[in-house]
Amino acid sequence: MDGSRGVAENLTPGTAVRRESHASGQPGSAVRREWQRFTAGERLARFAVYFFVVAAFVLSLGTVEVIPEFLWDAPAQVQDLLVRMWPPDYAHYPASVHAALVETLHMATLGTVIAVLLAVPLGLLAASNVMPSRTVNTVAKLALVTSRSVNSLVWALLFIAVFGPGALAGTLAIAFRSIGFVGKLLGEALEEAHRGPVEALKASGAPWPSLLVFGYWPQVKPAFWALVLLRWDINVRESAVLGLVGAGGIGVALNTAMNLFQWDRVAVVLLAIFAVVIVAEVVVTWVRGRIL
Amino acid sequence: MNEALAGGGSSGKPVPGSRRAFEPDWLARLGWLAAILYVVYAASLLDFTWARFVTGLEQAARFFDRMFPPDFSRWEAVLKGLKESLEIAVLASVGGILLSLPIGFLAARNLMPAWVNWPARAVIALCRTFHPVIVAIIFVKAVGFGALAGILALVIASVGFIAKLFAEAIEEISLKQVEAVRATGASFMNVIAFGVLPQVAARFIGFSTYQFDSNVRNSTMVGIVGAGGIGAPLFVAFQRFDYDVVCAILIAIVAVVFLCEILSNQVKRVFGEAVQDGREPRRG
Repeated sequence: MDGSRGVAENLTPGTAVRRESHASGQPGSAVRREWQRFTAGERLARFAVYFFVVAAFVLSLGTVEVIPEFLWDAPAQVQDLLVRMWPPDYAHYPASVHAALVETLHMATLGTVIAVLLAVPLGLLAASNVMPSRTVNTVAKLALVTSRSVNSLVWALLFIAVFGPGALAGTLAIAFRSIGFVGKLLGEALEEAHRGPVEALKASGAPWPSLLVFGYWPQVKPAFWALVLLRWDINVRESAVLGLVGAGGIGVALNTAMNLFQWDRVAVVLLAIFAVVIVAEVVVTWVRGRIL
Repeated sequence: MNEALAGGGSSGKPVPGSRRAFEPDWLARLGWLAAILYVVYAASLLDFTWARFVTGLEQAARFFDRMFPPDFSRWEAVLKGLKESLEIAVLASVGGILLSLPIGFLAARNLMPAWVNWPARAVIALCRTFHPVIVAIIFVKAVGFGALAGILALVIASVGFIAKLFAEAIEEISLKQVEAVRATGASFMNVIAFGVLPQVAARFIGFSTYQFDSNVRNSTMVGIVGAGGIGAPLFVAFQRFDYDVVCAILIAIVAVVFLCEILSNQVKRVFGEAVQDGREPRRG
């Protein structure tokens, strides 16, 4: 069995299972071998997945409430939308979009900074090699999961209920949503760190802050900056939406323009978001090239 | 010999070529200083005062007080909303995955000429630019309120994510296997099916299940702009200050998100053995 797997692995991706059917009592009889990529259990599991996917798709397609008239109407509606959006009301930009755009960037950046400040200790506590206590690991991981499983819009609604509408709620929403992301990935990066440098430091009698700064930090530095940049990039996109529920930023301008059906202004806001997202992506690519 | 080991030598000044471990990086320190200054400046814009913090704490206490116990009395509406959210997520994932396959192939720079992959990459970049909720706004205008707008918005989001990572995965494949298949005289489609797909299939499944999770999360939110699902009841409950209902809906959402995550982990495990094979070519 083991031998056949070894040979088969070189031939096909995946494991192979050999089914032999040769009469045991007759040496020299024709040996018929059937090669199969998966065991019966694996095939059954795969079939179950396929079946489940198809069933979910068919069920959803059958029960989802879609009004066909709206669908036939769509091209006309899109055309109408584009006509109303064109030409964009550029005069609106300096009047009220620019300030909101800057606010959005501040929300994203400050939110990321707060998230990193809170996520680093949590990430350290969640990494089993840094913090040997399993209970602490689990508690930290639970905190990180909670942060991640609540959408940033929901975080925004919660903070609006506490601090009232405005950029403060948005910043905190961004921060609390990002803690889980940064903390989880940082914890995983820490767990992948080599023990060598840390043990060398420990052997020389270094106190634990030195272990962190000189043992772990140089090892996780590239991963850390990469994920902070990635999260900032995501946060720029997300902070543009939070205004829809009143948490400050450019979403407020978008919401106002939409509620008043000023589609030419909506177009300006969308263009502004588009430009900022592209700039953010260029900045992230450039910084990543410089730092990593 | 000893002096060479000591590095710095006996004089206080380090000889050129000597190295100090962890040399201070003044440029980096300047950067940190700038970052701190920025944070102070940006935080001052938030208009965050001690008084506001104290009232905030009071508000939070009242808020949590009203949240508990969660009010599940309108569970039928919650269940209906959740069902619609799940339908949106499933349909959007299927649509997004089916669209991502061809777009991802077209965007892979090692398989396609520049005049094909640039438009494909532009499409992917466009899909990635806007948050799903903003895309949902556009689709609500185009196809009206309801689940369809949510589905279309999440299809766009799925294409932006899966096709991008899929194209990157294809760009990392080993070309040896592709060449081998091509050497047998295989047609282009055969090269794709037997030379390229087996190398990236496992990663494709990984991206797809991840995006499904993400679609489930987002499908609970697109309702805020009227694109169907549980988001609308949630937002309405918030605006009416029915925080106990909000709490019930949030618990239901978190439960569904968790269940879906367990499901997609299971799917990843079923295709788990293949995952290692997917990494095989890059190791060699």
